[in-house]
Amino acid sequence: MKTSGWGRYPVIDSEVVRYNSDDSLFENIDGRNPVIPYGFGRSYGDSALSDTILKMRPAKRMLHFDPENGLLTCEAGVLLSEILETFLPRGWFLKVTPGTKYITIGGAIASDVHGKNHHQYGAFSEYVSEFSLMMPNGSIKACSRTKNKDLFYATCGGMGLTGIILKATISLQSVQSNTIVQQTIKTACLKEIFQAFEEYYNEPYSVAWIDCTATGSSLGRGLLNVGHFKEDHKFEYKAPGKLNMPLKLPGFLLNKWSIKLFNQLYYQKNLKSENRSETTVDSFFYPLDILKNWNRLYGEEGPLQYQFVLPKKTSFDGIKEVLNYLQKKNMYSSLGVLKLFGKENKNLLSFPMEGYTLALDFKVDDKIFQILDDLDKIISGLGGRIYLAKDARMSVEIFNTGYSKAKEFRSIRDQYGMNKIFNSLQSNRLNL
Amino acid sequence: MNDRWLLILGANSDIAVGTAHQFASNNWNLMLASRNLSNLNKMASDIKIKHNVRVKTFEFDAAAFDNHKTFYQKLTYKPNGVVLAFGYLGDQETAQNDFEEAKKSLDVNYNGAVSILEIVADDFTERGEGFIAGISSVAGERGRQENYIYGSAKAGFTAYLSGLRQRLFKKNIHVLTIKPGFVKTKMTFGRDLPNILTASPEQVGKAIYKGVIKQKNVIYVYPVWRLIMLVIRLIPEPIFKRLDL
Repeated sequence: MKTSGWGRYPVIDSEVVRYNSDDSLFENIDGRNPVIPYGFGRSYGDSALSDTILKMRPAKRMLHFDPENGLLTCEAGVLLSEILETFLPRGWFLKVTPGTKYITIGGAIASDVHGKNHHQYGAFSEYVSEFSLMMPNGSIKACSRTKNKDLFYATCGGMGLTGIILKATISLQSVQSNTIVQQTIKTACLKEIFQAFEEYYNEPYSVAWIDCTATGSSLGRGLLNVGHFKEDHKFEYKAPGKLNMPLKLPGFLLNKWSIKLFNQLYYQKNLKSENRSETTVDSFFYPLDILKNWNRLYGEEGPLQYQFVLPKKTSFDGIKEVLNYLQKKNMYSSLGVLKLFGKENKNLLSFPMEGYTLALDFKVDDKIFQILDDLDKIISGLGGRIYLAKDARMSVEIFNTGYSKAKEFRSIRDQYGMNKIFNSLQSNRLNL
Repeated sequence: MNDRWLLILGANSDIAVGTAHQFASNNWNLMLASRNLSNLNKMASDIKIKHNVRVKTFEFDAAAFDNHKTFYQKLTYKPNGVVLAFGYLGDQETAQNDFEEAKKSLDVNYNGAVSILEIVADDFTERGEGFIAGISSVAGERGRQENYIYGSAKAGFTAYLSGLRQRLFKKNIHVLTIKPGFVKTKMTFGRDLPNILTASPEQVGKAIYKGVIKQKNVIYVYPVWRLIMLVIRLIPEPIFKRLDL
């Protein structure tokens, strides 16, 4: 079956094995190499692509909920959206959520995803207390920060390369509403947006959109969006319907001029320098989920996402350098999303580190790969790293420099024989 | 507190899971019966957490006819409705060469169904309430070389339900026959099914719930199946036997 990540690049032919039960799982994958667990297919690049992909989505049952402390145990194929539908009406919300609710719990752990509250809460795995992992020999191990902790720290952020996550226990947070009070702060340049992040540090949720087409003294201008849950005890949660993006748009619609125009208008739409409003959980956290298949906006080749993080002390100059470089190359990202991360965790391959992260969207064309290779070098030189869940192309040298615990990860893979079975295009490329 | 109980026989099938969620979201409590209890208990937890209803699980083997009476007597509650979802597709070629395989198909798809539903029918008649929804198959509408052993058992089951419907109608008990057509399940995984004719287990569950509420007699999940099967039934035998259909 033809398979690709959410970014539609690359496309490969894979055999698909479907999860049926814990008992039959090992039998179904035994003797196959390479095989990689696959959740809902929302990672952009090649991290869930392999000759055999194991679809874990049928493992989607919730097994236990403790309303005293908000602890939920569920199978790995449960979607974040299913957790919201079940628990938001009862006043519970995820502690950490990425910008889409259509990812599985297993995928969230494997990518150790982050959200708009990373500066205060950290990454997804901080709220995972335990999970069961099927090892390369079919045995199942319970992993936590005290039990099999080497497996715990390797698996969180480990891109599915350490085994198959079968079920996990996560903690939910109690919220007092399903309405978000949000504030938008308009900034005139990169310096101002950095200052705004610091100024609004106490807001639990924050993320900024930046206009990648602005030049000169406006370079890096944008809108910082911050928010928190209201406390009105109203929970009439209903997930919004989805609009389908029925066809792929022809790629030429998205060009330098349309991107400039869109960014101009988006920046100008906020006239005041500060804007307060109330909004729903869905439009605050998951604006793109409303448009099903939004990746088709980018034409046949799909959106190439590029996300990097820089240490705090090199962030400002580094991001400026990246934006300037892109402009020099006449390459415009249609979307630039900037976020301040808090402290990094102990996982071997987790992406976040304390500093600023920038996510960029590009249409695939013949120039883009060379340009991204150049950006890799800039980022690597400044002590930063590239996000594995969005990567389909970085080199092993860039990876090794950015992820300082990669060696330890490789030796765990070797020790347990994980590299004899659990391999993806990404792990082959990065020699993991 | 709601006290309506639905009994699902063969509750581990994907269609049964879709049906269970549909009824539970409409405040039905569930008794789930199947051979694999460990899987069933996971499903029970999931339904309890998501829908806040009561769920019980029971071990049940469609082909163990001798145990059916005791099974029914031991149920914690008297069901207000029964969905029969068990079935066995098996492999046609194996069944042609090995009667044990053919018998398994007949036992699960037909004999087991008759055995348990007669017990249910007696109880419902006595209590003067209840409905029975049986999941049959479009494969039962005309025998085809590809799956006629399974198909003939389902044909028998369809005829059985039709007779049961006539008998129980006089007692105000409703009997629904469901012919799902192609469904995306673990039973059909890996088969190349045409998308526009293939329903999801959730859609089948919704169709069954609607069929029960509206007291339908026979439903196809996608109405186009009624037409397709009509055409297949109308092909004259001299022509039909020459087709690869």
